[in-house]
Amino acid sequence: MNNILTIFKKELKSYFYSPVAYIVIVVFLIITGWFFTSSLFVAGVITMRNVFDIIPFIFLFFIPAISMRTFSEEKKAGTIELLLTKPITDFEIVLGKFFSTFGLAALTLAPTVIYVFSLRMLGPVDFGSIFGAYIGLLLMSGLYIGIGIFASSMTENQVISFIISFLIIFALFMMNKILMFIPAPIVPIVEYLSSDYHFSSITRGVIDSKDLIYYFSGIYIMLLLTKTSLEARKW
Amino acid sequence: MSIKIENLTKSYGNFLAVKDISFEVKTGEIVGFLGPNGAGKTTTMKLITTYLTQNSGKIFVDGIDTETDSLAVRKKIGYLPEQNPLYPDMNVIDYLKYAAELQSVEKSKIDESVKKMVRVCGLEDVKHKDIGELSKGYRQRVGLAQAMIHNPEVLLLDEPTSGLDPNQIIEIRKLIRDLGKQKTLILSTHILQEVQATCDRVIIINNGKIVADGTTDSLQKKFQGQLTISLTLKKDPKAGKEKIMSMFDSVNGVEKVKIVSDDNDVWKIDISANKGEDVRDAIFKKVVSNDMVLLNLHQEETSLEDIFRKLTTH
Repeated sequence: MNNILTIFKKELKSYFYSPVAYIVIVVFLIITGWFFTSSLFVAGVITMRNVFDIIPFIFLFFIPAISMRTFSEEKKAGTIELLLTKPITDFEIVLGKFFSTFGLAALTLAPTVIYVFSLRMLGPVDFGSIFGAYIGLLLMSGLYIGIGIFASSMTENQVISFIISFLIIFALFMMNKILMFIPAPIVPIVEYLSSDYHFSSITRGVIDSKDLIYYFSGIYIMLLLTKTSLEARKW
Repeated sequence: MSIKIENLTKSYGNFLAVKDISFEVKTGEIVGFLGPNGAGKTTTMKLITTYLTQNSGKIFVDGIDTETDSLAVRKKIGYLPEQNPLYPDMNVIDYLKYAAELQSVEKSKIDESVKKMVRVCGLEDVKHKDIGELSKGYRQRVGLAQAMIHNPEVLLLDEPTSGLDPNQIIEIRKLIRDLGKQKTLILSTHILQEVQATCDRVIIINNGKIVADGTTDSLQKKFQGQLTISLTLKKDPKAGKEKIMSMFDSVNGVEKVKIVSDDNDVWKIDISANKGEDVRDAIFKKVVSNDMVLLNLHQEETSLEDIFRKLTTH
């Protein structure tokens, strides 16, 4: 537990050593801010809907961008060898890195809460569905980060890592949008695999156990795959 | 804290990097792991640190099997990998603290051990700088400090002086010698002087096999081939070349006499002697008894370089 915390702290700090964290947070806020203000001032509607609709699309690029360096950078610099010869388990390393990237994603989402409170001053807001949407976004980012660090653990090239995780995330995201082209018998399976399907089910304000199981099992599988990919050095 | 390696074999795909090697390092010994690039030094180190696992064979660090309890082994080992990887955007103090935490140094002792390593490794002037800004010599010190932050009993250094300038090399070697006291230390290198300057014992490895193992002195003795004695004689008008040749030929143990140069007033002569025989004594007496003047006489010793070349080039 201590080891996970040590790695978590170091990794989260290292996002802020370099300009990475500042850039992604600013870009994220500019894009969401634009969708927020346009619905508010142009359309004159008090809603978070536009913001929550656009964030899954931003995640497609944003999550691969913040998770691509987690292992690739260490592999390239060789520091991975230092890390893996310390008295900590491979899984602790994976968890530490996962939570630090998740922490950055949560920190990036956090300022958008300001939008919610500024809406509250203008009129009634449905806190239940907004809360659901935040839970959904966090779960979705968790799954994508799992994919991102897995991709990162496979290569020392950050660009390749970005592309691999983008492709996997994009495929998961698109699955419920191509259902009409898919043979009917496997439609439920493909739909179940789609990350967006579960996300929209959660944002409706109903947190169903099948959605939670989808995200948590997905995260767990990705973390196990990452650990396996780290152990591949021994094969 | 001893290291014991038994019949260790490791292959990468079809390439056998380490072939059935066995050796033992006793507590407190400083061992130089010598070999040309690609001989299997780094692989062996990576196996001891449990970064890789062997195909067959056993490694025991202080009696603990690296395969069954790798975490316990890692706690005892301080490791400086080849190329000394570091995090360039961390500053020295933060990095050493991070290393101490990962090595599970007790919370209350972290500051103290960081301070101690900063002092011992001479990092006082740069401790608040980012590692990326440091010169190579300082980086190497940071790497050593990181390896020793938890006061490990076993220290594995993979080419600790590669890429440094001669002054830095001497400093780092001195640091290693000081720090290596009371520790079991394995140091890999392909630089021969390094072994002579720092190690009690040498293990020479080539193509994944141990080809020699012993103290530098014992290896020199063992691999001493033919000795060459060069001498300079003052020219004697009465004596001709032939006379000199026959004069030394008659000395016991001399195999070949060769006049290397025949300048105005001196002869330079190389004499090869049989293996293991010291003929300097007899040669000197011969010169004196012939009433000639000896200006210079010395015996070429087989250096570690020669042994190394002999063992690792085929």
